[in-house]
Order: sequence, then structure tokens, then C-alpha cells
Amino acid sequence: MTTDLTRLTIHELTGAYRRREATPTRATEEYLARIERLDEQLGAYLTVTNDRALGAAAAADGRYRDGAPLGPLDGVPLAYKDVLCTQGVATTCGSKILEPFVPPYDATVVARLGVAGAVMLGKANMDEFAMGSSTEHSAFKLTRNPWDLTRVPGGSSGGSAAAVAGDLAVASLGTDTGGSVRQPAAFCGVVGVKPTYGRVSRYGLVAFASSLDQVGCLTRDVRDAALLLHAIAGVDPHDATSVDEAVPDYAALLAGGVKGLKLGVPREYFGEGLDPEVEAAVRAAIARLRDLGATVQEISLPTTDYGLAVYYIVAPVEASSNLARYDGVKYGLRAAGGKDLIDMESRTRAAGFGAEVKRRIMLGTYALSAGYYDAYYGRAQKVRTLVRRDFDAAFAHVDLLVAPTTPSVAFKHGDKADPLAMYLNDVFTVPGSLAGLPALSLRCGFNAAGLPIGLQLIGRPFDEARLLRCAYAYEQATDWRSRRPSLETTR
Amino acid sequence: METVIGLEVHAQLRTRSKMFCGCPTTFGAAPNTQTCPVCLGLPGTLPVINRVAIEFGVRTALALNLRVNAGCRFARKHYYYPDMPKNFQISQYEEPLAEDGWLEVDTEAGTRRIGIQRLHLEEDVGKLVHEGTLETAQASLVDYNRAGVPLMETVSRPEIRSPEEAAAYLKAFRAVLVYLGVCDGNMEEGSLRCDANVSLRPRGAPELGTKVEIKNVNSFRNVQRALEFEVQRQAKALAGGERIVQETRLWDADRGYTRSMRSKEYAHDYRYFPEPDLVPLTFEAEFVDAIRRELPELPRARRQRFVADYHVPAYDAAILTQSMALADYYEAAVGEARNAKAVSNWVMSELLHVLPGDDERAIAASPVPPAHLGALVRLIDDGTISGKIAKDVFEKMVRSGEAPGTIVEREGLTQVADTGALEAVIDLVLAGNPKPLEDWKKGKTAAAKALVGLVMKATGGKANPAIVNQLLEAKLPRL
Amino acid sequence: MISREEVEQVARLARLHLSDEELERMREQLDAILAYIDKLRELDVEGVAPTSHAVPLVNVMRDDENTPCLPQEATLANAPDRAGEFFRVPRIIEN
Repeated sequence: MTTDLTRLTIHELTGAYRRREATPTRATEEYLARIERLDEQLGAYLTVTNDRALGAAAAADGRYRDGAPLGPLDGVPLAYKDVLCTQGVATTCGSKILEPFVPPYDATVVARLGVAGAVMLGKANMDEFAMGSSTEHSAFKLTRNPWDLTRVPGGSSGGSAAAVAGDLAVASLGTDTGGSVRQPAAFCGVVGVKPTYGRVSRYGLVAFASSLDQVGCLTRDVRDAALLLHAIAGVDPHDATSVDEAVPDYAALLAGGVKGLKLGVPREYFGEGLDPEVEAAVRAAIARLRDLGATVQEISLPTTDYGLAVYYIVAPVEASSNLARYDGVKYGLRAAGGKDLIDMESRTRAAGFGAEVKRRIMLGTYALSAGYYDAYYGRAQKVRTLVRRDFDAAFAHVDLLVAPTTPSVAFKHGDKADPLAMYLNDVFTVPGSLAGLPALSLRCGFNAAGLPIGLQLIGRPFDEARLLRCAYAYEQATDWRSRRPSLETTR
Repeated sequence: METVIGLEVHAQLRTRSKMFCGCPTTFGAAPNTQTCPVCLGLPGTLPVINRVAIEFGVRTALALNLRVNAGCRFARKHYYYPDMPKNFQISQYEEPLAEDGWLEVDTEAGTRRIGIQRLHLEEDVGKLVHEGTLETAQASLVDYNRAGVPLMETVSRPEIRSPEEAAAYLKAFRAVLVYLGVCDGNMEEGSLRCDANVSLRPRGAPELGTKVEIKNVNSFRNVQRALEFEVQRQAKALAGGERIVQETRLWDADRGYTRSMRSKEYAHDYRYFPEPDLVPLTFEAEFVDAIRRELPELPRARRQRFVADYHVPAYDAAILTQSMALADYYEAAVGEARNAKAVSNWVMSELLHVLPGDDERAIAASPVPPAHLGALVRLIDDGTISGKIAKDVFEKMVRSGEAPGTIVEREGLTQVADTGALEAVIDLVLAGNPKPLEDWKKGKTAAAKALVGLVMKATGGKANPAIVNQLLEAKLPRL
Repeated sequence: MISREEVEQVARLARLHLSDEELERMREQLDAILAYIDKLRELDVEGVAPTSHAVPLVNVMRDDENTPCLPQEATLANAPDRAGEFFRVPRIIEN
């Protein structure tokens, strides 16, 4: 048994706790020390909550000592994306406009994990207001990919993914609107799960695109994802869009195997623009699943090509509305020198928002403005129905879809300065988001340069159990987990 | 020229909690103490619909003859103003709760049916206080207690034809809402607010003239005054060859005129779209029918029934039905007394003078319950006490809350009807007051009244005046 | 082709103060994105209902009960400017 607790998964760690081989306090201290040592370089965290973490750990110590832990997450050190409200702890959403903001309440998912005994290590860096695919749009700092520090970790949950990949947290919460959990999971070689829309409460998740946002999990392995998802899922009376659907014991259902499972491979996800090494790894993974007993057939999602266009109307429209509240009146930044209210508000928003956020606010405002509703938002919502119909048709024949998560591996910082080029990162993740479907990414190989490649699975609504079962079977039959980023030569 | 008026009324709903969160809706709390992350619009918060607000909306729609739509949705209405935490208001746009109804309004000119185009629900905004006046203030202060209170908006069709009719519409509208129990109708506290749209056009012309919106007309009197002023202003302008500017004007009640608030260079672009954080509402027929079955008798119908069944004049009926609580009180008292007219007089001239108001709370707190008032009237009718004594008894009832019978018995106030005893008193009075008799003999019949008064005084008010009259009538000619 | 005036008007609606340079850059970028989005016109959406919600839920409501409010201090704690019990904002000029 390794004495380096920062290498363990959730289930390995709590196993060690139960066997009295380790304590939550010791694990937390190791994580805090590692963060101290490495985060300067990695930039995964915006806020580290030392005292709070140690307090929660100490409480968990007592429970394990008494032989009465709260559950599978008791004493487990986690990072939360800084878009999730944490009572009494700064929540910036990666933006200057919320730099001073300290929420007086906890997001539901944060509260649920607190009740489960989890230990919050801190708040993770992100693209400002979750708008981005590289975390380069954070107003505060850059996050680096633990596999190659000159490359991005993906986004917008880049800090959350990098923390897990770099062993700076056991697992983390991120959020996924068009791919913001899955894409960084792929770039960082971790497991990333986006639940069905409505599976997990959005209360306390600072809204970007209300009809798309979901809280997701970033973990080292599939079992951890099952445990973490179970802890946060379930209807919430504070969120009218959350669904009152029973939450299965995902971890108990992992070992079913894939015999007889019908997998669909969307042909539109394998065209021009897909990195050949990514394609090779994904196809090999599909073959492996076939070896394990799944059947594989090609299917078609004809509207795939239109998904991004739909997303880049719907998301900015909702974002422009959700971000209207940031005006320097009640909370957050207020720019000095405004001569009257309107001037103050305009200057505050100009100073507080970064370029990408401004761009999307402008785009969304334009699309909603007089005379343009039908042409843009109205039409986009109709095409969204067509996107959903494609998936429904596919799921009449298959149980899960298998595809690449991203068209490429992690790119270098500064590579995608053109907004449209950045948007194209999301081409495989956006359609699943538009349809509200559950999806995950897990490691399925490395390219020649040693960068991780992600395999995406997409399932029917509320069929996370099957999704996780398939992922688990693949993960257990392969050994991708054993490779680690060489973040430092000495540990 | 004819006047064309439309009224937009915003009513705060009498729910316990706000439209989208559980904060209380009570008026008058210390600033920013009735707020939570949701109604403050803090990052990450989400609205959840108050089901009673929806029921109140349906109830009102049915009472106003609107068609309750099979489904409705909430929408975001965007504009920037510091009293609106999210800088959008959750309201309803293309799919409102109900449409196409009417309200019957009675004025001196007769009864007219004014169309109501739509009814929808939305959230109220906070309160702004300016440090000084709006023009001179260097800063403004915001209190968000009111933000999120459920608001029901109704828009009438432009079918109101005069400022007087507008005031009558507002009065009738308020009465319906108060009867339904959905709004307390307290205009001083802002529970009911009104904006008016008014334009003029040549009589019989098909198109509407340019309309002007008048804001801040928050009492019946002010609605009428503001519209009268505005109609005159527009008429004068048009007669002088000017064009009416489409704008919003503020009614200044102190100075008695409307002044331009801002000229609309660009009308608000509200950028409506369906509220993504709320799912649509659908109404089953059974749900709507159940609410319809429980509708109370509405003010106008009740007023008409009072006239028909109790034979009270229309004026009295209007006052008695102003509040449902008062109307209930009246009917309970009549049930006891069986003299509708007398009870009506007592309620209007005595009871309403001692109560602080005619609303539910005031009636419930009345020291005189309806059964007691009814009993008092019965004591007068059966001759036990005189009308004059009854007034004293009433005062005592108000002070002590006792039943009239108890008071009468304890203080021996029973009317003297014994003709023998009264004859004796009359004789005494005549003996001690020769002048009235002389006057009467001279033909001044009014002197008889004076004699009755003297007899009443001599008996401490307890004499039965009808009998005294009778006796005097018989006696005087013989003297 | 989105015009400079339209960009200015949108910036006003969105309460975003943009410099001349930013306005021009924004205009170019928005133009490019809108051109990309234009491909949606290739599809026939006749008779297709819009998706406003990813889940077909209806009638989610709450009971009319009171829940605890935030203490006044917590409500005002994040205020950039306050005057006693109130939030304070710069003067409002109509128009």
C-alpha cells in the first residue's frame, strides 16, 4: 500500500480510511502540501481553503475512528469549479466582475457533498463564466495541462480537470454546457461525466446557458465517477428543471459487462478535421468493446454539422440574459468614475468582463433584439428539436453511442486565438448537450507525443448506469490508467 | 372628438410568500429584511413558481370572464433598472394565463361592458428612494423587500369612454379582487396600481389616435383627475393644430397636471424569450372547474340581489357590498333582525362610523357582532326600546361588546308604552309648559313636536314616541 | 452584414461600454460568427416545434409557505455601496 495518499482514487482512499491505514486529515494535509508545491506552476486553483478543509477532515477523522463514516465520500478531498456557489468562500466564476463576491449560500451539490462528509480543498480555475474550451479566458490565471505544461487543459472546467490529472484533488466537480467537462477530461486524460439535463440540481451553479448547464464529475476512474454522481444526483425543490427520477446505485451496477450491448458509431463524427491519432485510438477502443461482447454498428446523426451553429445562438442568448444582472449595483465589481447609473453600469461591465464573455453577450443580445428572434433563436430552437430527433432515431436501434470526445488532443496555449477556431473544439460534445443526454469521456490512449485521447459515450436520458457500466468494462479491460503525467521528478 | 382610454392594472396577490421564493410578502418591514438569494437575483439562484399565485390568477380570470388558456408559460422581459435585481423581470408574454374577458361597469350614463384583453402573472420589483428628487438626487437607495412579490397584470381593451368611467372601472375591478380574496386592494400601500393609456379621435373614426401613457395614478380620484387633465391637454393641442407625441407622462397630484417623463427616442426592446428556468404550466379542465365552482358571489351580482331582495336603494346596496366582509355582516344582521332597511341604516350611519374601515380585518374586529346589531333592531321594532334609547344602547354595545338585551335589562331602559303612565307625564308636561299649547291652538302644528320632545325628555327618552304622538293627537284638540 | 450602428445599439442594450476600436473588432467578429450561424437556413424547419426545455416537464411548482430570509447584514454584505439599510446607486438619469 503506497503511503502517497494523493495517488489514490476515492474508493481506494476511503478503503484505507476504513482499514485505519490513513486518515482524512493526513490525506488533506498531503493534498494541501502538494498544492502548495505544484499549483504555482499548474494554476488549477483560484482559492485554496486550507482551514475549512482541515476542519472538515478532522470531523471526518472522528467518524472513521468511531466506525461510523457518513458514506463513500466521507473525508474525501475534492475541488469545486469556481462557478459553484460556496457559502463564505469567494466564488468568482473566473471573472473580475465577481472577484469580490462571497455567496451567502451553498449550491445544492456543494451542500449535498458537505452532508456526505466531503472535504473542500478549494475552488478551481475556469474560463470566465464557463465560456471557453481552454481555460485561457480566465481573468486570473492560466491553467496548464499536467501532461504538457505548454498546453491547455481544455475548458471551461480546466482547473477541475487539471487538479484531478495532477493529483491536486482526488476528484472534482465541473460544469458542462457544450462540453466543458468532457473536453477537459479528454485533454487531461481523466473520466468526465455530464449527466442527463435535470439529473443534477443547478441551484447554486452560476448560470451560463440555463437550458444546457449541468454539474459534472471529473474523476480518476469510472468507479469514482459512479460514487460522486450518486452523491450529487437527485431532484431538488430549489430547481424547477430538476427531474424527480430515482437515482440508481451506480457503483453497484458497474460490473455488468457489455455482452449484448448495442453500440452505435455516428459516421458524421469521423470526417475531415478529426486528428488521425485520435481516430485510431477511438477505433481501437471500439474494437476492444466489440471483443468484450458488444455489438457495433454505424449510425447516422445527420444534423451533427448544425449542432455548433445552434449552440452558438442558444447559449449566447441565454448567457446574455443570465449575465445582465452583473451591473455593480448589488454585488461584485463596481467601476469607479461613472457619472450616473448607466455610465457606471456600462463601465463596470466593460471592465469586469473579458473579451469572450463580451462577444457572447453581444451575440446573444443581438439575436434577441427586435426583429431577429425568429431568424436566430426561434430557428435555432427548432433545429435543436431536429438534433434531438436524430438521437432518438439512433437510440431506437442502439443502446449507446461511441465517438471521439474532441477532434484533437490538447493544443498549445495561444493556438486558438480566433473565436471560431476555438468553438470548433466542441463539435462532438455540443450535440449531446443540445439533446440533454448523459455523456462521458474516458481515456482510450495517447498520441505519439504522450498526450491523452478521450473516448466519448453518449446514452439515453437517465441511462447513466448503462453508460458507466460500459465505461467500466472498457477501463477494466485496458491499462490506460497506469500512465501518469510526470509533473515533478520527485514526489 | 371622443375619448379612448385603456387601463392597465397591477395587483399584488395576497399570498403568504413571493412569486418565486418563500420570502414573506408583508408590507412595511425594515428595508432588505425580506429577501433571500433568489429574490435578490444572486448568481446561481433559480425561481420556483408559487402554486397559490397561479390559483389566484385563475380565480380572477374566471371572475372577469376571461378564457383560461390550456397552457401558459413565463418569459423574461429585459431592461436595466436598479429595482430589478436580475435586470430582467419574469413575466408572461406570448402565452399568458388568460385572455378575452370583460368587466361590467356602472356609471350615471348606464352600464357598459369593458373588454379585458389579457391577464398574466409576473414578479414585482424593489423600491427606489431618491436622495432628494429624481432630478436633483446624486444617488438613489434601493430596498428589495418588494422584489418578487406576485403581481397580476390585467390590460383592458381601449373601450373606456370617459375619465369618470375609468374611475368606475377601477373601483369595480378592485371590488372584484377584494371579494375574491386575491388582493387586499390597499392602494396607499401600493397593492393596486394603475397606468392609463388615453388618446382622442374624431367621433366614429376607425383608427385610434396617438396614445399617451399616464403613470402614477394610484387612487380612484387621481385616475379621474389625471385623465380629465390629459383629455383637456390633448384636445387643446389638437385644436391648435399640434400633433400628440407618443410618450409617458407622470401625474403630479399636488400640482394637478401631467408632465412628460421622457420622450421615447427608442421604445424599450424587451427581448422577450421563454423563461428557461421554469417549465410550462398546463391546466386540466377539472382544475379550472373546481376553482370556478368555488367562486363567491361577485360584488355586482350581490349589489343587485340586495336591491331586489332587501329592497334597499341602489346607493345603500353599493356601500353595503363594497367589501364582502361588510356584505356578509349585513346579511347576518338582517337574518337576526328581519328588517333589511333598518339594518342598512344602522350599518351605514352608526356601525361604519365606529369601525376603522370596512375590510375583513376591521369587520372581524368589530366590537358589535352582526347578531347583536340585529337584536338591537328587533328591540326597536317590537317596541321594547325607542330609537333614541337605541342609539345610547348602541354606544354601550360598542364599548362593552355586550348584547343589547343585557344592557337594556340591566339599566332598565325598556320603553314606556303604558298609556296610563304616559298620560300622566303628558299632563305634567302640559301643565309646566303652557306656551307650546298656546302655539298649537294658534295653528302652529309644529308645537306638537316640541311637546313630544318635552315628554321624551321628561321620561329620560324612554317613552314610546309613537304612542306619545297618538295620545297628544287625541288630547290636544280637547284642550 | 452587421452594421456599426447595430453594434452600437446592441452595446447600449447590453450596457457594455466599448471603445471605437473594440466596436470595430466586435463588428468583424460578430459578422464572422453570424455568417457561420447562417448555415441553419439550409434546413427546413416547417412544422417543427421549438425545444425550450430538454426535459418534458410541466407544472413544477411550490407550496405557498414562508422560508427563512437572509439576515439584513448578509443581504447587504456584498453591496459595492450602501447607505445604512439600503443599497446605494449613482443618480439615475431618465433617457
